[in-house]
Amino acid sequence: MKTETLKESSYITKAAKVLRAKKVTEMEKFLEITLPGGESLDHEPGQFVMVAIPGIGEAPISVSSSPTKRGSFDLVVRNAGAVTAAMHKLEAGDTVGIRGPFGRGFSTQILEGNDLLFVAGGLGIVPLRSLINYVIDNRRDFGKVSLLLGCKTSKDMLFGDEVSEWGKRLDVNFSCTVDRSDPEWKGNVGLITTLIPGVTLTPDRTFAVVVGPPIMYKFVIQELLRKKIPERQIILSLERHMKCGVGKCGHCQMNGVYCCQEGPVFNYEEIKNNIEAL
Amino acid sequence: MDRYVTLKKTSFNDFIAKLATIEQVVAPVSKGYGQYAFEPVTGGESVAVKHLPTILPPKKYFMPQREDIVAFNKKEHSWTPLAQTEKMAIFGVHTCDLAGIQELNMVFNTRPRDMNYLARKNKIAIIGIECNEYCDEYASCHVMENHLPKGGYDLFFTDIGEAYIVHVNTQIGDGIIGGTGLFAEASDADHKKLEQLREAKRKIFKNEVKVDHQGLKPLFEKSYESKVWDDLDKRCVSCGNCTNVCPTCYCFDMKDEIDLDLNAGTRTRVWDSCQSEEFAEVSGGENFREERGARQRHRYMRKFNYPVTRYSRYFCTGCGRCSRTCMAKINLKETINALAEDKS
Repeated sequence: MKTETLKESSYITKAAKVLRAKKVTEMEKFLEITLPGGESLDHEPGQFVMVAIPGIGEAPISVSSSPTKRGSFDLVVRNAGAVTAAMHKLEAGDTVGIRGPFGRGFSTQILEGNDLLFVAGGLGIVPLRSLINYVIDNRRDFGKVSLLLGCKTSKDMLFGDEVSEWGKRLDVNFSCTVDRSDPEWKGNVGLITTLIPGVTLTPDRTFAVVVGPPIMYKFVIQELLRKKIPERQIILSLERHMKCGVGKCGHCQMNGVYCCQEGPVFNYEEIKNNIEAL
Repeated sequence: MDRYVTLKKTSFNDFIAKLATIEQVVAPVSKGYGQYAFEPVTGGESVAVKHLPTILPPKKYFMPQREDIVAFNKKEHSWTPLAQTEKMAIFGVHTCDLAGIQELNMVFNTRPRDMNYLARKNKIAIIGIECNEYCDEYASCHVMENHLPKGGYDLFFTDIGEAYIVHVNTQIGDGIIGGTGLFAEASDADHKKLEQLREAKRKIFKNEVKVDHQGLKPLFEKSYESKVWDDLDKRCVSCGNCTNVCPTCYCFDMKDEIDLDLNAGTRTRVWDSCQSEEFAEVSGGENFREERGARQRHRYMRKFNYPVTRYSRYFCTGCGRCSRTCMAKINLKETINALAEDKS
């Protein structure tokens, strides 16, 4: 057997540096990462990278920052498996392997000129933040922007400072709800679906961009369809197990569709008949 | 112009021995109990020219069960992509397995291309062999249209009695003919024998299931909700044997393996199976194919439905390995017939 080095490979892994690392909730850690030489990741909002911890493995992680932020990018990881547990131990100055970006993200070209309704449940804010900040950085290219945010309790809320900044902007309609209240919480209590009926929107020119846990999609989609938003204007980002990121390993397959290549972002019309998607 | 040559059966052992002096040769070898495996050989004596489909298809040389993809070094903060290749000639590849290799080629040649697979593939010469009759009752090569050669080989052997008639399909194949020096140009009589054999095969090979080739995809398209999957749900033991032995199953896992110094190591690609419970489970605990019936349906859809959309080709080769190996006696032909009869 002969072993040779490959110059060309889907598995080229860049040694990236952790610039900042901060535990943001009980379960989530924020990491700001820079590629060698400060090269930009140049991703589309909604794309993901494969993060490698040598000796432990790789995991697909959504990019949480907008491509308008150059020179570094943000990840937020939940401590849920061997690789993400190892990522929780990372500190500023540490090295991680980065492959990607992979997948089809949110098409900002299609969204431009339209009204946007962002619906983020739980960790869904992590990938959605890449698009929200892109839209805010290019605010006049979009119509009316509404943001509905839901999480289990106020303690689980990610990007609290940033979220309150979004809430203060006059060019963003912001509503937030928690599943379970606590003494400090003064806002809405209830599932995120309860916020949708109260939104005023023009269905034909509204794109709803929905990211959240698998269970959330069915109920949110029902509410959005009730609001008469066309199926192809309901945009979803789906989570799947992934090992390669390049449409080969099979783990992310939903019926005939490779989530890592054809997704993770889909419009509802594309996947409504895919019984393994939702 | 197509070139055909012949090799006397009495020269077969010499042929393998001579070829083995030029490069590594692997061929089917009897493992007892009616089982065969592709293994390195140095002479023709150990080659089982007539054999049931081997336990593992030749896929194991194109996409090995374990393959180092990246070498990493923690201290040096480096990840280096690797390819591990082996120059060899595979002798004795059935037409079903030739189809399997062609189908893997399609997958790994789809952009982004898999350079590891392509590096391996280009070092392997393929010598096919024709099946003059059915291997056994599990084979369904006729309905999959793989009982006759359709390319995908460098040389192709057909038994015509005293000798093999050999189709020389590529320059690499021609090099093997020249390099071993044991072949004669085929005569008109040899060609006649080949024609007669193919004619005889038309009478032997018949559709093995109650659906024809074109009807398979529509059948599977309308079978998502069939109760046949509930039956498989109760019988399947999720062992993954069917996917391991399948010539067109290519799902994999990536595993990091670190040396004892806890510094250097490799990312290794290993075969995985969509039949295992955790295959489609995400870290939050959600499992997108939790039921065994759903996982069996996925396996079948990946042979008879999805690849036809993507590659205009069925990814079942008709080799019968999944049925032969199944501990729960889940039988591909029976599943297809049950779906065809299912009026629910």
